[in-house]
Amino acid sequence: MGGKRSIIILLGVAILFAFLPFGLPRFYTYLTALIVVTGLLSTSLNFALGFGGIFQFHHAVFYGAGAYGAAVMIAKLNYNPWLAFIAGPLVAAALSLIIGIICIRLSKLYFGMLQISLGSLVWVIVYRWYSFTGGDDGIHGISVPSIISSSKGAYYFTMVTAGLAMFFMYRILHSPFGSTLQGIRDNVLRSQAIGVSVRRHQLAAIVIAGFFAGVAGVLFVVVDNSVFPDMMFWTLSLEITIMALLGGWFTFLGPMLGAAMVVLLRTFVSAYTEYWTLALGILLMLVILFLPEGVLGKVFEIWNRRGLTEDRG
Amino acid sequence: MLEVRDVSKSFSGFKAVNRASLEVNKGEIVAVIGPNGAGKTTLFNLVTGILKPDEGRVIFKGDEITGLPVHKTCKKGITRSFQVVNIFSRMTVFENVRISVLSQQGRTGTWFTPSRDLVNDETAEILERVGLIGKKSSVCGALSHGDQKVLEIAIALAGKPELLILDEPTAGMSPEETSRCIDLIKHLSEKLGLTILFCEHDMEIVFGIANRIMVMVRGATLIQGSRDEVRSNQAVQDAYLGENEACST
Repeated sequence: MGGKRSIIILLGVAILFAFLPFGLPRFYTYLTALIVVTGLLSTSLNFALGFGGIFQFHHAVFYGAGAYGAAVMIAKLNYNPWLAFIAGPLVAAALSLIIGIICIRLSKLYFGMLQISLGSLVWVIVYRWYSFTGGDDGIHGISVPSIISSSKGAYYFTMVTAGLAMFFMYRILHSPFGSTLQGIRDNVLRSQAIGVSVRRHQLAAIVIAGFFAGVAGVLFVVVDNSVFPDMMFWTLSLEITIMALLGGWFTFLGPMLGAAMVVLLRTFVSAYTEYWTLALGILLMLVILFLPEGVLGKVFEIWNRRGLTEDRG
Repeated sequence: MLEVRDVSKSFSGFKAVNRASLEVNKGEIVAVIGPNGAGKTTLFNLVTGILKPDEGRVIFKGDEITGLPVHKTCKKGITRSFQVVNIFSRMTVFENVRISVLSQQGRTGTWFTPSRDLVNDETAEILERVGLIGKKSSVCGALSHGDQKVLEIAIALAGKPELLILDEPTAGMSPEETSRCIDLIKHLSEKLGLTILFCEHDMEIVFGIANRIMVMVRGATLIQGSRDEVRSNQAVQDAYLGENEACST
């Protein structure tokens, strides 16, 4: 019963998004795609942070790695773009494996701090290596295959790919691996005592999260045809963490909602004032004070209390 | 089955366990007793690998398991419950036990099949056995303390142990809950043939169900023997039993 309802909702959303480019000006198509890309990035962060309890403080590095991986292959090494799109997430996954192996021995905050340091190191390299990465200018005008080079083409490609990525992350979180990961988040000692190798599972989660951040990075290249070092600067990591907190970091779709809130806020409030972050700050404060589990977390709480769902998943 | 030889563990100079020894044979129920702070929980942590002993050896089924990390001792066949309730509090009762069953079957790496389609029968059987099947859908943070302690045992049981270690299984339980818990422990021993090692403050329970008893005082083994041997031992009476009986009236 619950399953049927969610399938109907999903279909409705899919149809809505499919017809969006026909009813809205081009800018809004771009904005929607940007929200979904950012939301996918924040969801991949939340995979490790909210569901794995891993202090993934510098997740944007893997977003940047995916984007730069693809961009450099296309613009500097002249590879086939499709091949580059596949390679991007793999580069991101490889980088998260390397950084993960180094950090995983540390717990919680120390893990996060070391990850910020190593991530910043990667950022500096990208920022300074003009001949290869374009330095602080980044790379612009990246040519993508003609079928997805139009704004509609880019939009549909982004939606379908992000949809698939979300589906895969959802399935993984509801698999035994995902349950185990959430078990580790809730209680490390108990997980060990039932025979779970905590580090191995956490490392796998970090790599999966990095991979999907890389997918988001590639999608940004498709939508924007450019990459720049800010994509892997630590402030973006903070921003996507805020999105996850705003939307609800124990819920699967919370980060997507949070991304929509932040991106819309930035787009429309910054038209009136350059201090749009002030509005974000007030919003964040209100959420932390009154909705500590985020907006979607609160919605589910009310929903569950009314007994409308059987499954909190 | 389990042999603990002269293990010691210090915490910044304080000898929590001091050359303690313990022996558990297959099929036995062995109790460890001793005053608060005698090192019972630390001893269990040393056996299960939560802590590494400074010296001494732990041997399980003829294999040296000294210092083996806890997830590996679990795979060897030792699972445990904790003194302070230690469960996955955001999950339902059913999910708590299912995770443990999945881990026992080595399926925590399965990444695409939904958990809800897996090991439902095995999980239900365990909940049936411990009497929590009626509460399987409750989020376990909301359970009563007694039910949470029983859930602890269920999680440990799902690991299909040969040796089940229970750290004060009835602590904080109401009298009815306690008697149900004792029945459960007896049932596990008789019907499943489990070897059980537990510690407990309630002497009635200890002398009611344990085959053999190990007495610990200030981190060291005072004696390990049958109920009668322990009861009649003068040193035990001096160190522990008399004092305890006076307190527990």
